Amino acid sequence: MNYIFYFLIAFSIIFGIINGRTQEVVSAIMDGAELSVKIAISLIGIMAFWLGIMRIAEKSGLVQFIAKIIKPITKWLFNEIHEESPAIGNIALSFSANALGLTNAATPIGLRVMQELQEENDDKTTASNAMCMFLAMNTAGFQIIPATVIAVLVAVGSKNPTEIIMPAMIVTSIAFISAILLAKLFQYTWKDKGCKETAPETGKEADNA
Amino acid sequence: MLNLLSLYALPVLILVILTVGIIKKVPVYEEFTEGAKDGFKVSVNIIPYLVAIIVGISMFRASGAMDWIASVLAPLLHKFSVPVDSIPVMITRSLSGSATLGLFSEIAQKFGPDAYVTKLCAVIVGSSETTFYVLSVYFGSIGIKKFRYALIVGLLADFIGIVAAVLVCSKVFLPNIG
Repeated sequence: MNYIFYFLIAFSIIFGIINGRTQEVVSAIMDGAELSVKIAISLIGIMAFWLGIMRIAEKSGLVQFIAKIIKPITKWLFNEIHEESPAIGNIALSFSANALGLTNAATPIGLRVMQELQEENDDKTTASNAMCMFLAMNTAGFQIIPATVIAVLVAVGSKNPTEIIMPAMIVTSIAFISAILLAKLFQYTWKDKGCKETAPETGKEADNA
Repeated sequence: MLNLLSLYALPVLILVILTVGIIKKVPVYEEFTEGAKDGFKVSVNIIPYLVAIIVGISMFRASGAMDWIASVLAPLLHKFSVPVDSIPVMITRSLSGSATLGLFSEIAQKFGPDAYVTKLCAVIVGSSETTFYVLSVYFGSIGIKKFRYALIVGLLADFIGIVAAVLVCSKVFLPNIG
């Protein structure tokens, strides 16, 4: 991530100078920073709402019930997390919200899942396999109805906006299955640079911050 | 039918959760407010990560680098009957959701709903998520600094998705247009 961050910024500045777009690049810093805070602030309300609703679902046993139903699948996908973990039920809810295109609900539920996975994570600054799998499923963005896209097509006067649903569904399924298989593949082949060596490093990072 | 599903899914989900709560004698109001307390904390926690990723991507877009990459890729993609105008959408897809939607709206307006490029972009936009945004927000909210293989998997899946979109769309939509 350090290199990506460096590359994004360094490349943009150098390219901006060559292209004579330095002014635009500089104002992009301001706009980007402002936009980030706007997004975060606008999330507070809906985040609070869904975290409240999710807590009711957990206390009533609904989340645990869903977890039990989908256990055969999640056991394979998330073989490292505890079987009774509340994360499993929430993963199912987050996945359903995503599939139905309920982005406003999906993010808060997804963040709740991350908190629960973090509780079972040994190294709090390094992603666990379960997190990587969950995010692989998430970034592949499995969707049954691409509602926003259809809205745009309708807005420009499409007579048959729903014709993209079938192709989109095929594509999203292919991407989704590939993401799961890739995450599984990397889970067994990814080489970390030795946990004991990286531990003091992360300590230093925290000190600097 | 599918549109109705997406309309009712959200309210029905809330109704079911609350009803099950009441039946199971959960003090729903107290538990709701208890859970909601975290909303502010979580949202504020992700600000540093949002700033890092959104500023970086805004700068990248403003520098004109996107047009340069598009012009490099254009001759190659032309062989696979990929319209040149769809390339920025493909590149932006993993970086920024709002920028992708903006680009897609422009294309839809410029070429009309029946153009092949519009349909291809619609499928690309409708079938994936913004990898960088999801990773930085989700990992940021719990303080994960080392993403390990999550980014590679996300980007590879995005790439596979784009290839699949090109293949599926050329099969489904191209013959109709001629």
